[in-house]
Amino acid sequence: MGSADAPLPNHLDVAIIGGGIMGLSTAYQLTQTRGLGKFGSSRAPAVAVIERSYLVSGASGRNGGGVRMQWADTGNVELMMESIAMCRGLAQELGINLWFRQGGYLFMARSEQGEARLLRNAELHKHVGAPTRVLTASEARELAPVLDVSGVRLATHNPEDGVVFPWPFVWGYAAQAMKRGVTVRTHTAVETIEPTADGFALTLSGGQRLTASTVVNATGAWSPWINRSLGVELPNRPHRHEILSSEPLKPFLDPLVVDLDSGLYCSQSTRGELVTGMTVPEPDPELDEHGLPPIRMDSSHRFLSYIGDALLRIMPVAAGIKVLRQWAGPYDVSPDGDGIAGPSPGLPRLIQVCGFTGHGFMMAPAVGRLLARFIADGTHHPMLDRWDPGRFAAGTAQRSEDMIIG
Amino acid sequence: MPTPRRFICRCEDVTFDEIDHAVSLGMASVEELKRYTGLGTGPCQGKECLALLAAHLVRQGHATPEALQPFTARPPAESITFGALAAVRRQQSKSESPGDGT
Repeated sequence: MGSADAPLPNHLDVAIIGGGIMGLSTAYQLTQTRGLGKFGSSRAPAVAVIERSYLVSGASGRNGGGVRMQWADTGNVELMMESIAMCRGLAQELGINLWFRQGGYLFMARSEQGEARLLRNAELHKHVGAPTRVLTASEARELAPVLDVSGVRLATHNPEDGVVFPWPFVWGYAAQAMKRGVTVRTHTAVETIEPTADGFALTLSGGQRLTASTVVNATGAWSPWINRSLGVELPNRPHRHEILSSEPLKPFLDPLVVDLDSGLYCSQSTRGELVTGMTVPEPDPELDEHGLPPIRMDSSHRFLSYIGDALLRIMPVAAGIKVLRQWAGPYDVSPDGDGIAGPSPGLPRLIQVCGFTGHGFMMAPAVGRLLARFIADGTHHPMLDRWDPGRFAAGTAQRSEDMIIG
Repeated sequence: MPTPRRFICRCEDVTFDEIDHAVSLGMASVEELKRYTGLGTGPCQGKECLALLAAHLVRQGHATPEALQPFTARPPAESITFGALAAVRRQQSKSESPGDGT
């Protein structure tokens, strides 16, 4: 979808670099902002998404598809309540089956520390209005009878959490954005980007030059290289994460299960496969000539053996289930675990939407909408304060979220 | 000629008609067709359907043999149980010296 030779005008109101979920949901939402603010009501803004490879080639096509409102911080809980509410109507809105299934997320804690985290979160969720319940080990087992809950001190479950199939999600946004006039140009790299008096001048692979009033850096784990070329120093860095899926099975696992102590997550997709991943410790990667770690998407045998071990501890029945395929994708890790979104320090027309640290996919419906509104008329969602790209240089970044999984 | 209900990917129930529909929506490469239709993501992992897809795309004039690339082959080469994988890790843990934190 999209095309390597889709014609681009010489000037764009908004050039979005990166054809993943963040860029495409923002593009789609920009088409819904007609009549707002600076684009006026007489015309739709000229918006293009420029993707170096094909759509869905990056992290948006490689994640586990989990969507949850069980976070440790009020802002994230509320944002995900908004995103999940959007997910409910999204299949109809985008005209594509998203395989969205709300089986809940079941967090299990075996340590005292994990127990304290879950209790604190549940209290916060109650306050915000998210329907999270605290469960005993045996109650957790009732929700998912295949689990071995020995040693589980406490669990929490939120029935509104769920899973989607990431691929159609991205296609859906892309198709609807294109239908509403967004140009989606694939297999096209942005070779150079330079600030001008009223925006940016871009040179694309193939040689075309164009100008844009606003540029959105939606390249996620790839964003540091574009930012470097503009002298924008942000601390988000790519980090490889591995994941796998099993043979398809009849439905037997309702919630997505997270074992807080190992960091393993496991869900059964609507397609029947178990989808599971976890972080496996590995040495720090060598840095490239820009001082940045490489983006690696190779798979390891080591990961398979670690996750086999960790999965069997919580789900012994998995011993007989076959792994069909494994792959890897980059998390775009920011030091405080929060996204980096909004105007760049020193370059306010360069809008970042990066650094979402492995949870960008689930937040993208809400993030795309609030970012589009910000671009169209300056509407300032409270999360933009927290995601301010300037917070690192200003020394105001602080970690308020500790429920980063995977 | 294939009829609309003829399957190209038996694992994921993808028909030739669905491939043609995906092509008409702008899915230009095998990687994209996989990600749009699910072709090749089931138990055979493309061993049955990938060659059929290549032949179909060439026959329909959607691709030339020179330009066609298969999708990335994903490990493991053959499906393997979590039980067998866990045994590898548990064997390694046993052979590692005590006190190394693993």
